[in-house]
Amino acid sequence: MLDKTESKKILGLYEKMFLIRKYEEKIYFLFLEGIMPGTIHQAQGQEATAVGMLFDLRKEDYMTSTHRPAGHCLAKGVSVNSMMAEMFAKRDGCCRGKGGAMHTGDISVGAIPAIAIVGGGMPVAVGIGLSCKMRKTDNVVVCFLGDGATNEGAFHESMNAAAIWNLPVIFACENNLYGASTHISKVTKIKDLAVRADAYGMPWEIVDGNDVIKVNEAASRAVGRARTGAGPTFLELKTYRRSGHSRNDACGYRDKQEEKEWFEKDPLTICRKYILDLEAGSIEDLELIEKKVLEQIENAVEFAKSSPSPQPADALTNVYFEGGI
Amino acid sequence: MAIMSIAEALREAIREEMRRDERVFCIGEDIDIEGGFGGAFTVTLGLSKEFGHERILDTPISEIMIAGAAVGAAMTGMIPIADVQYGDFLFCMMDQMANNAAKMTYMSGGSIKVPMVMRAPVGATTRGAQHAQSLEGFFTHIPGLKVICPSTAYDAKGLLKTAIRDENPVVVFEHKLLYGSKGNRAEKSALSPVGEVPEEEYLIPFGVAAVRREGTDITIVATLLMIYRAMEAAAILAKEGISVEIIDPRTLVPFDYETVINSIKKTSRLMIVEEDTRRNGWGAEVAAQIAEDAIYFLDAPVKRVASYDVPVPFAPVMENFVVPSSGRIVEEARKLMKL
Repeated sequence: MLDKTESKKILGLYEKMFLIRKYEEKIYFLFLEGIMPGTIHQAQGQEATAVGMLFDLRKEDYMTSTHRPAGHCLAKGVSVNSMMAEMFAKRDGCCRGKGGAMHTGDISVGAIPAIAIVGGGMPVAVGIGLSCKMRKTDNVVVCFLGDGATNEGAFHESMNAAAIWNLPVIFACENNLYGASTHISKVTKIKDLAVRADAYGMPWEIVDGNDVIKVNEAASRAVGRARTGAGPTFLELKTYRRSGHSRNDACGYRDKQEEKEWFEKDPLTICRKYILDLEAGSIEDLELIEKKVLEQIENAVEFAKSSPSPQPADALTNVYFEGGI
Repeated sequence: MAIMSIAEALREAIREEMRRDERVFCIGEDIDIEGGFGGAFTVTLGLSKEFGHERILDTPISEIMIAGAAVGAAMTGMIPIADVQYGDFLFCMMDQMANNAAKMTYMSGGSIKVPMVMRAPVGATTRGAQHAQSLEGFFTHIPGLKVICPSTAYDAKGLLKTAIRDENPVVVFEHKLLYGSKGNRAEKSALSPVGEVPEEEYLIPFGVAAVRREGTDITIVATLLMIYRAMEAAAILAKEGISVEIIDPRTLVPFDYETVINSIKKTSRLMIVEEDTRRNGWGAEVAAQIAEDAIYFLDAPVKRVASYDVPVPFAPVMENFVVPSSGRIVEEARKLMKL
């Protein structure tokens, strides 16, 4: 039996995950309807990694993301309205229509606009960690990367630097088994990517990335180390995306049995089971949360639709810093 | 007034800015290891004595990380002065420079600033092709970066201080033969110009060219080492009755077209001299801009004198042939006067 605080937290975790799932589903349908420009890289199935890692962070802590940023950004506290407006390429978007899906972010809540070059966010996270340390704060940075990024040169340089300088960086590697269509086993000899951290003298853990409680507990250990000056941690979060890599991807490269097994380990189902088994909340509590989230998303769509479009010549501003927003 | 080399002037700029603002720090390879060089060309030598190794941060040989870390630190409240030992190594960090440093302000809709400096030595110095390239053209092509090229000690200090205070990423190209590095880091065949640097603080704004020599027949626009080659050429041409005006734009992005146009109103002839290779270089851009805005002031076609479109060769006899010499400038100027 959980105490009140623990119950509240696990319901909070569920709410954030449900928000990500429904936000992404909404985006998918809006995209199919053809009213949204651009492309999408969706995070259905990876809700537990985002929420587990970021739920307990402070606003002053930082997060760097990837080309699949919606879950990370929602979990870090970027407003649903501003994210949706960005998807609609509107002026009230979190990047004023200049970023788009792959650069979603809002530095006012510590979400660095997503860096969509694989591995490209890792050295930036090192710099943020350095800055947190040099400014003598106890803030930390969570750096998301995918399995594919572990084969980038930037991975090596960043892991090494974070380790030698003892930086408050948590590398959260979402191993969803595929870099676009390529299975990790085709391009990497080792099974557990986390062991690479040994080469840098960095502590690591392998975590069930679909179990939000387990992710959150691992995050808590890593963040604790980072805040107290004990340095970086590498977490390999084993997970799976329910969506394609990007739009119009039917995942013809994935084994159907593999898909079936992973889909059965759905992060939302696992979390619901926790809640009901541990009596952290009732079915009614969950329905209430779900209703609230669905309304939030509908409101965001309305907000985004009614937001003005940028003017064409707005494209010429913000090449250099003009004093901020 | 103190007499300083460019390396000393850059060091003084860094020292003053680090004293003024504790957010400023240096990050790079071998920048102040005990018993080391102070960076490849001595610019940061000894700074750790005053500021400690936390603010004079020696890194592993990891150019991607250096650039990315500078971006991350700059976005979150610090002001990094990063450097590479040789400009050619900028290619290793191109993703971080072009995709993150240059685009982060824009992609964020203007909410993020990236106040970082990246210093890079350029110029051919008989080290072969991978420690020799002039890369100004690449970086002037990237929206979101500023590009500066100080050619005197006075400019080096004043422009670097402005760069450190700029809220945007600034790439500083410095020339190996102009540093005046001393001891075992001294360069063979270096010009090592020294110059007067005021004791009191001064800043040099970006986008303001310096007229290095006044003249009436030909305007030469040049940067870095090519300023000195053009000055030698101008002295020779003067004896032949050809009066050369030499303009040092000092910053390539932003670029001071007004000073160039005012000069060609007087001279009617324009030559651009650059050590970077000729094809699609910054000189080509200046020529095109002048053609669009000021072609009617010209009595002759614009002439570009640049390195030939080859990697920099090792053999001094070939290197000297590839990089514009004062002799080549003189020859081209004579031809230009006959047009």
